[in-house]
Amino acid sequence: MKEIVIISGKGGTGKTSVAAALASVAQNTVIADCDVDAADMHLILKPKIKHSDNFYSGVKAKIETRLCVSCGECERICRFNAIIHTSGTYTVNLLDCEGCGYCYNICPAGAINLVEQLVGQYFLSDTKLGSKLAHAQLGIGADNSGKLVATVKKEAKIAAFRNQIDYILVDGSPGIGCPVISSLSGADFVLLVTEPTRSGLCDLQRVWELTTKFKIPAGCIINKKDINLPISEEITQYLQKNGIYLVCSLPYDNDFSQAITTGQSLVEYNPSKWKKLFVNIWKTITKELI
Amino acid sequence: MKVAIASGKGGTGKTTLAVNLALRTAETMDVSLLDLDVEEPNSGIFIQGEQIECQNIYRKVPIWKQESCTLCGKCVNLCQFNAILKLGDTILVLPELCHSCYACSELCPSSALPMQNMVLGQLKHYRYGKLSFIESKLEIGVEMASPLIRQTLDFAKIINSKVKYQFQDCSPGASCAVITATKDADFILLVTEPTPFGLYDLNLAVETMRHLGKPMAVVVNRVGIGNDEVFSYCEAQGLPVWARFPNQREIAELYSRGELVYSVVEAFCQGIDQIISELENIRNKL
Repeated sequence: MKEIVIISGKGGTGKTSVAAALASVAQNTVIADCDVDAADMHLILKPKIKHSDNFYSGVKAKIETRLCVSCGECERICRFNAIIHTSGTYTVNLLDCEGCGYCYNICPAGAINLVEQLVGQYFLSDTKLGSKLAHAQLGIGADNSGKLVATVKKEAKIAAFRNQIDYILVDGSPGIGCPVISSLSGADFVLLVTEPTRSGLCDLQRVWELTTKFKIPAGCIINKKDINLPISEEITQYLQKNGIYLVCSLPYDNDFSQAITTGQSLVEYNPSKWKKLFVNIWKTITKELI
Repeated sequence: MKVAIASGKGGTGKTTLAVNLALRTAETMDVSLLDLDVEEPNSGIFIQGEQIECQNIYRKVPIWKQESCTLCGKCVNLCQFNAILKLGDTILVLPELCHSCYACSELCPSSALPMQNMVLGQLKHYRYGKLSFIESKLEIGVEMASPLIRQTLDFAKIINSKVKYQFQDCSPGASCAVITATKDADFILLVTEPTPFGLYDLNLAVETMRHLGKPMAVVVNRVGIGNDEVFSYCEAQGLPVWARFPNQREIAELYSRGELVYSVVEAFCQGIDQIISELENIRNKL
């Protein structure tokens, strides 16, 4: 079983469009939407949920007012300023509490409990293409998205194992923080989707620096190539220098937004233009690069 | 007045808006721009200011002092984040999992886990005319962005006491990093594009900001692509749309080169001025 992860550093370079187009041509593949903060893949793949589960992660402190002796110890030791103190009553600001349990451990009155947090849901679904999709929804402002990414990937792996499927295609999140780190762990190939803008290049360099820590082979798609040809050239040289395979360059094309608007992948929206291209990309990745 | 610029979806034009808005406003008043998208900060590409300060930002994590440790294992049980492991007669600290709560350090009976600095990232402060620009960059491999964002906001609080506006360029999404970057803001500008992805993610951002009780307005970029649903959504939700920027290749090309848009594209400049006048109305009432 091989895992292919799509990331970009910068947001809006076309990760999900590329992932959905690959999902349309990839046989024998489970799709995992690991951009759990803003998951959009379902808008294209129209999944029918077959299995869903609650995602619990971490705890938050809760002060039992009845037992509280108002000594103020919890407020004193909390490094996250999460204890609110108004006229002798102590409560916890759930947005600030990180669930470290320090207050719980030192409260002399035993007035603090740690309550497990339901922060999201994860699903295994059948897509309109006949493939399986593992996806999730993270609650508002919830942390631990890295852990949810790991959960979604695990769900995808179980589905692949049970159905004897060989590939997992992961749509990652922008940035270089915990969800991205979590989506890279255990991956067999990284597909970087970038755009020829100053920001795109800077962000590509940062996300590549992160990827090298994982020692995973990588390829890159330069999207919207013609928006800035000199920077496209700069990116091409950067890829060469760093041993990243240039999988292909795509033009700045209205089909991208039109396909999304009609709820289709590029391959479905305009097969004569995109199908062969994405079939070849998928072939290159699975047959030559992994 | 603190104005956070956020969006659910990435690449909708947060940085373009933040930079152009900040520099346009700075033509007439003292303002500040904070790049709080610390994982991938890009505002600096557009601003050639004079660097005033550059410092490393740290957070505290425990370090194991073998000579003091009695191997009682209390720290392992205390840590909610599984950042401390006991392997035989060794205590192993995993700093990337640590939330810097100090519980293990301060409750260790033999003081064997003193806290020490770990680099989170780098903060740079620039001055460009009336603009004070602060950018923080997360150290690569560090998982948690929120502590760096928090310290950047603390730094700004000290040096930005006199500015009329503090614009805060946030990261995409709706996770803890966005909450940290918007929690203290007086107003939220949400940037989106008129596609189903843009709309779906805008709704996530709106719900998050409602949860925080923030007043907000929407700016729609790349108008002309997609459909009109984002506008019906805003109307139904009672969200004012302050500007509609057209989908112009010229704007994308200026952005790609790291250049300002408002000084070149007239329609864009009008939109920016419209946003400023709406913000001025609010600021004058504060």
